[in-house]
Amino acid sequence: MSEKQKKASAYWKENVRYLFILLAIWFGVSYGAGIMFKDALNTISLGGFKLGFWFAQQGSIYVFVILIFVYVRLMNKLDKKYGYDE
Amino acid sequence: MNDVQIWTYVLVALTFSLYIGIAIWSRAGSTKEFYVAGGGVSPLANAMATAADWMSAASFISMAGIISFAGYDGSVYLMGWTGGYVLLALLLAPYLRKFGKFTVPDFIGDRYYSNSARMVAVFCALLVSFTYVAGQMRGVGVVFSRFLEVDINTGVIIGMVIVLFYAVLGGMKGITYTQVAQYCVLIFAFMVPAIFISIQMTGNPIPQLGMGGTVNDGSGMYLLEKLNGLSTELGFSEYTSGSKSLVDVFAITLALMVGTAGLPHVIVRFFTVKKVKDARKSAGMALLLIAVLYTTAPAVAVFARTNMIETVSNKEYDTMPDWFKNWEGTGLLAFDDKNKDGKIQYVADVSKNELTVDPDIMVLANPEIANLPAWVIALVAAGSLAAALSTAAGLLLVISASVSHDLVKKIFVPNISEKGELWAARGAATVGVVIAGYFGINPPGFVAAVVALAFGLAAASFFPAIVLGIFYKKMNKEGAVSGMVVGILLMLFYMLKFKFGIFDGGKEAVSGLQEYWWFGISPEGFGSIAMVVNFIVALVVNKFTPEPPLEVQEIVENIRIPSGAGDASSH
Repeated sequence: MSEKQKKASAYWKENVRYLFILLAIWFGVSYGAGIMFKDALNTISLGGFKLGFWFAQQGSIYVFVILIFVYVRLMNKLDKKYGYDE
Repeated sequence: MNDVQIWTYVLVALTFSLYIGIAIWSRAGSTKEFYVAGGGVSPLANAMATAADWMSAASFISMAGIISFAGYDGSVYLMGWTGGYVLLALLLAPYLRKFGKFTVPDFIGDRYYSNSARMVAVFCALLVSFTYVAGQMRGVGVVFSRFLEVDINTGVIIGMVIVLFYAVLGGMKGITYTQVAQYCVLIFAFMVPAIFISIQMTGNPIPQLGMGGTVNDGSGMYLLEKLNGLSTELGFSEYTSGSKSLVDVFAITLALMVGTAGLPHVIVRFFTVKKVKDARKSAGMALLLIAVLYTTAPAVAVFARTNMIETVSNKEYDTMPDWFKNWEGTGLLAFDDKNKDGKIQYVADVSKNELTVDPDIMVLANPEIANLPAWVIALVAAGSLAAALSTAAGLLLVISASVSHDLVKKIFVPNISEKGELWAARGAATVGVVIAGYFGINPPGFVAAVVALAFGLAAASFFPAIVLGIFYKKMNKEGAVSGMVVGILLMLFYMLKFKFGIFDGGKEAVSGLQEYWWFGISPEGFGSIAMVVNFIVALVVNKFTPEPPLEVQEIVENIRIPSGAGDASSH
């Protein structure tokens, strides 16, 4: 494996690791908090919201937006680290 | 003519001339400008265009209404239609941009080195886009007929002419910049009434907070608590609990998310930016812009539902306000005095319920129900038109590019000139508008059902093929094609069986089939199962067939590296 290929596969590995972490959070807030555990979370109140309901109709969407921006930041840094930015 | 109509005419005329002006200013001169706007769109402009492209008549008009009747169950649309962007941003957009082609069938055809793969992809893209665009034209017709009192068909034709004008003339370039304007119009039109009503009901100007706030009547009761009370009193299930099974909510959300990420008219938007970096950033900004509407919609749903119940429940029919009579005229609201007491009984029990409300009118009638000024009501009309037109234009572009680029240039007439291809694209867009308009005027009874099918189809076909194409270097054409074919056919079979009942005696049989749903999953959610099946079939077939050629594997390695994206190109 050439030096160039080694660099590319190391970059790809880190990229995939980020994806796993971010998608785990994506899954957790929507399918977890908003669907599977919503009844349990509904016993907790957030102002006038029941927490499970809030995650399903508000919270998950906020987290989605944040996730993409975190991804953008992480990837920009990663691109710099491997010299792939332009 | 009353105030509302004058305002509506003024606002619609203003916005339409704005769109036409932009179209003339940004008309396309080359195929590259026609397909991907020249590839030099800034991330913010692309994000606004993506948001307008994505938010259709369904998001603007129908969604809040559906949620206000479904309560918690409506969350599937909120999470499904936003969560898909996370998949899009993380798994698809950057790599497809690096790949640098014009269309989704282009990617499938090149990555799987096969014209049959390309044909399957073209077929899916056309099927998904046509079903979707017919619904948009219908939305345009409804808005025209209610607010301007023209015939629904005339409304559809006016919409056709406008879209034809800027999609055919401007291609992706014209569409992109009109969509930027349309995003501004539609988001303003959605937010203004929401803010007004939020202040009216809860005293809080931010609808997202007002929804969880206390009612403005001095009782100190939370709005949602009050609505739960009103709902259970009338025999409906509690607003914040819903009535769908957990497994079905899970499956529908997944099908909508994956379907969103696989819709060709959304994916193609990320081919228009300069760099891979821009594609990522643009996806984030697009979701932020979309989230403004998607977090407001559930608040609107709660306000509208509470307002409606309080206005009509157990009130004399003769004392109903003007909007009630107006909407009765359109047939979307109907009162049937079953017990002849002259009062409106709105209850969950079907045999006693006297009021039927089409969910579509909740957003359109909401400002009237809340007694807002005439210009706000007119604004909603202009906003719904912006939402419907922008999505229709984006879909038409996918239709025309699939025909002129993927079929004509790549398969049938490979040596067609640049000019010839541009004319083919314009011709295909024109035919597309005419067909869409035909379905808008003569809607097949199953338009709504077929729109749900569009997501299922996208989930069952494109998503696995694209993801495997990027993340699994050794994925070959045999695997990908058989996965797509099995996925689509399975999805079609399930829809035909459980949505249309064609194997069991037609539409009437559908409700009786519910207990036979596989794993208790509705046809709307089945796209997630068909997607899993697609993945499995693709991987198994891949095991027993030859590896893809080395140069294809090199392409895959290359798209994983963000630098050197270059311009989108046709070869």
